Amino acid sequence: MIRRAPARAAAQAAALAAALAAGPAPAGADGRRSGYLDMGPATQAMQDDDLANPAMFWVMEGAGLWAAPAGPDGRSCAGCHGPPEAMAGVAARYPAFDPASGAAVDLTARIGLCRTRHQGAEPFAPESRPLLALAALVALQSRGRPIAPDPDPRLDPVRALGAALWHQRMGQLNLSCALCHDDHAGGSLGGARIPQAHPTAYPIYRLEWQEVGSLQRRLRGCLTGVRAEPFDWGAPELVALEAYLAARAAGMAVESPGVRP
Amino acid sequence: MADVLINLPATAAPGEIVTIRLMIRHPMETGFRTGPDGRRVPRDILREVRAEVDGAVVFAAELFPAVAANPPFAFTLRVEGRTELTLVWTLWDGSEERAVRVIEAA
Repeated sequence: MIRRAPARAAAQAAALAAALAAGPAPAGADGRRSGYLDMGPATQAMQDDDLANPAMFWVMEGAGLWAAPAGPDGRSCAGCHGPPEAMAGVAARYPAFDPASGAAVDLTARIGLCRTRHQGAEPFAPESRPLLALAALVALQSRGRPIAPDPDPRLDPVRALGAALWHQRMGQLNLSCALCHDDHAGGSLGGARIPQAHPTAYPIYRLEWQEVGSLQRRLRGCLTGVRAEPFDWGAPELVALEAYLAARAAGMAVESPGVRP
Repeated sequence: MADVLINLPATAAPGEIVTIRLMIRHPMETGFRTGPDGRRVPRDILREVRAEVDGAVVFAAELFPAVAANPPFAFTLRVEGRTELTLVWTLWDGSEERAVRVIEAA
């Protein structure tokens, strides 16, 4: 799946060994690299230290929302789920299959479904601050665990759609995701290193955004970058790409909430 | 009340130099950007951050539009005895927010 020139692979193996000694996000023997390993040491230090990671502000906000009652019955997340720690490993499984709607849902969509089905409250707007705050809180509980995609076979067509979209040329630049992130990962796009695009740390605090954002925001950013019309928030195509990427990154350690340049 | 992350030791030896770190959640909107409607987004940045011990300023920083969102600060302080540290940050509208932390040095 990931092709790389032997010389570059050797150089990266040396860099990898150095990074492994310091970083919490080891790359597998299969050559998969978390974007963490391609960041500068200053950005890595931000992610390593919870008191320097601005995403922790979202986690703090999420902890408040977790206990806050919502809807006509005044039910909170904690009322059903207990403490946030009870969500350990949950985020590592998403996107998951939702039998009630017969579709794949990612973590933010699940939070929205919880609000409408169980709390009777209005769902949060896509990419809104409270939604990202709750997602960051839940994702934090899976930190250090391996990404473990939902094994439900009903997700297979979703993952297949995601794989097809990954290799589909799009936009005025006529580029597919795979052309950069499979074929030229580790190379440069302008001054930036092209990562292998493993969604190990979402939701991320991105220095470019100066705030926390979701994987869907990142995907939409890439689509705009190749001058394609981005899929709408929560579109099945975006969830399919998320499901494909989760399968592609299966077994890699969750770093959420991460920091990325 | 803004969110703030403050990191300092709860206790220290008398005369010890301790490092105090704080990070304030703030958008630091520059006032130079335009919103989706094409209009200028009004400037909203922190004006000043300072730290006081017994009314004496031990650290102060003036902030400008070029400072990124959620700015972090770090400074060192020699503590003699029980030290009550008051951290004050001034918002764009001139109002002040503060947090008080105590370092026991005995």
